[in-house]
Amino acid sequence: MNLVLDIAWTHVSSRARQTVFAVAGVATGVGFSIMMAALMEGSQDDFMRQLINALPHITVSDERRLPPRQPAETVYAAAEIHGLTPEARRKGIKNPLAILASLEAWLPGAAAPSVQTKGILRYASRDVPATITAIDPQREPKVSQLATQMRQGTLASLYRTSNALILGDRLAEKIGARIGSNLTIQTPAGSQLNAQVVGMSHTGVRPVDEATAYALIKTGQIIEQQTGIVNEIRVRVREPLQARAVATRIEEEIGYKAVSWQEAHEDLLSSFTIRNIIMYTVVGAILLVASFGTYNIISTITHEKARDIAIMKSLGLSERTVRSVFVIEALMIGVAGGVVGFALGYLLCVALGSIEIKNPFIDANRLPLSYSTWHYAIALAVALVSSLAAGYLPARKAARVHPVDIIRGAT
Amino acid sequence: MANDVLIEAKTVTRILPGIVPTTLVRGINLTIGSNEFVAITGPSGSGKSSLLYLLGLLDLPTEGEVLIRGRATAHMSEEERAFTRLSTLGFVFQFHFLLPEFTALQNIMLPMRALGRIEQSAMRARAAELLGALGLGDHMHKLPDQLSGGQRQRVAVARALANNPPVILADEPTGSLDSKASEQVFATLREVVDTHKKTVVAVTHDMGLAARMDRRVELIDGAIVAEEAAHAES
Repeated sequence: MNLVLDIAWTHVSSRARQTVFAVAGVATGVGFSIMMAALMEGSQDDFMRQLINALPHITVSDERRLPPRQPAETVYAAAEIHGLTPEARRKGIKNPLAILASLEAWLPGAAAPSVQTKGILRYASRDVPATITAIDPQREPKVSQLATQMRQGTLASLYRTSNALILGDRLAEKIGARIGSNLTIQTPAGSQLNAQVVGMSHTGVRPVDEATAYALIKTGQIIEQQTGIVNEIRVRVREPLQARAVATRIEEEIGYKAVSWQEAHEDLLSSFTIRNIIMYTVVGAILLVASFGTYNIISTITHEKARDIAIMKSLGLSERTVRSVFVIEALMIGVAGGVVGFALGYLLCVALGSIEIKNPFIDANRLPLSYSTWHYAIALAVALVSSLAAGYLPARKAARVHPVDIIRGAT
Repeated sequence: MANDVLIEAKTVTRILPGIVPTTLVRGINLTIGSNEFVAITGPSGSGKSSLLYLLGLLDLPTEGEVLIRGRATAHMSEEERAFTRLSTLGFVFQFHFLLPEFTALQNIMLPMRALGRIEQSAMRARAAELLGALGLGDHMHKLPDQLSGGQRQRVAVARALANNPPVILADEPTGSLDSKASEQVFATLREVVDTHKKTVVAVTHDMGLAARMDRRVELIDGAIVAEEAAHAES
């Protein structure tokens, strides 16, 4: 064995109890870091998955981000226009079928038309406002997971009767409706429409499940009181993370506002960033505290071994070699703590993953955990760096010991 | 007497800084040649050990300089000084200063491993040979705690010889030993000079032992006051 390793090993192995505690400290830090990372990322992934599955990746609406340019602005470089009244536009996307055809030519995914409208659902003297998404049941499975998220009935059930509705399960629960319930839709224009509940869906995203109803496009057009209107094109891309770039291109090509799921949930995504910062800060703090144990043992060893350091230096071992001895001792503790921490972290994840959560309001009955080698690698890297820092400071001090001071003291 | 010059001190002065600076040695001029057995004597606080540490590059002179085999050491880096100690000088201290967790054999192998010039098996063989030559062949796998004071000190001598340095610097090598063990250690050092043809520079306050060495350098208040060839009585 290399001399430095040999001396380092001799030091740490001759202080078995202290070493075990230092290793346990690092292992606890690494283990809990892995567990926390798995839990946080698991819950984030689970939420994102539900979010992505519940909603279209891109929603093209009949709005525009910027008001249309005025002719004067086009002709003159610096036109100033006062008292402009916005043009009263006809609602809906112009030529939706042509737009759909042009999108489908290049889109890395699929698109489907829909009518997005609102109404108040009235049933058994309960009035609940709802977003009504009028869809094409044949194209819908290409752009959303709705078909697989049906709890009762199918998308095809919408054809069963005129003005059929699929309700989010929480919405149905809120108004007390069941399959076959006849309810009334109060339209934004003030008219009323009789409808029947033919199915129930569950996306797992609370705001969607408690405020969304699905109908046929034809029903949506009746509610909007506009024949042939399509005010939304919903897009699903094969790679959800590309949605933002695809949305930008759609907007450039057709001019209508295209909102990706990332843009629609920017607040949530930024909260994830903050959550991750908090998580890694806490994880870093855990490992930092663990490194205090390493610092403590290396400091103790260097203090106890002052005479040995003087001997080694007087024999001709350089400062660098002496420093290496103690840095390697710290790394040994870090590596051992990391390896034990891997096992601890994995077992903690397995234990957490086996806890059954009996909550009727969420799909998952187990904690969502993400198993990633990155969690292990990051935890080990932080543990090693903190161990290195914890060992380096006393090692540097030890290496600078003037052997004559120790030898004189001994004699 | 001296043949090649191994160590040369040129007007070496060492002053410890402080509110009241303390002069440890001053104006020392000393030449140590090969195959010498030199005693540095003097009363307590006369600067004997300080001079030895300066000669052994464990300390740096405030003024003057120490040359090892004609090479100036004043501007050497810490690494170079460490390497010079490792390859050219061997140390024996008043207390054995063996690493307590290492066996006698491992302690002797330590400087060889640090220098790394020979194979591990050759190091082991040399360490065993040195222990055998110093009468400790049966104790090579013992820890320092399992050896007597005299045995430990002889292991320390063997360790000093490990890299085959031309000079052994010994600081009160018999200072902590009883008379019997002292005699054994002195005999070992004599053997180092006579058999191994090394130079031994030993600090001692035992005038009896000093008288049995080849040359005596006497210090008082950090300065050499007498330098004479002793009567060989070994």
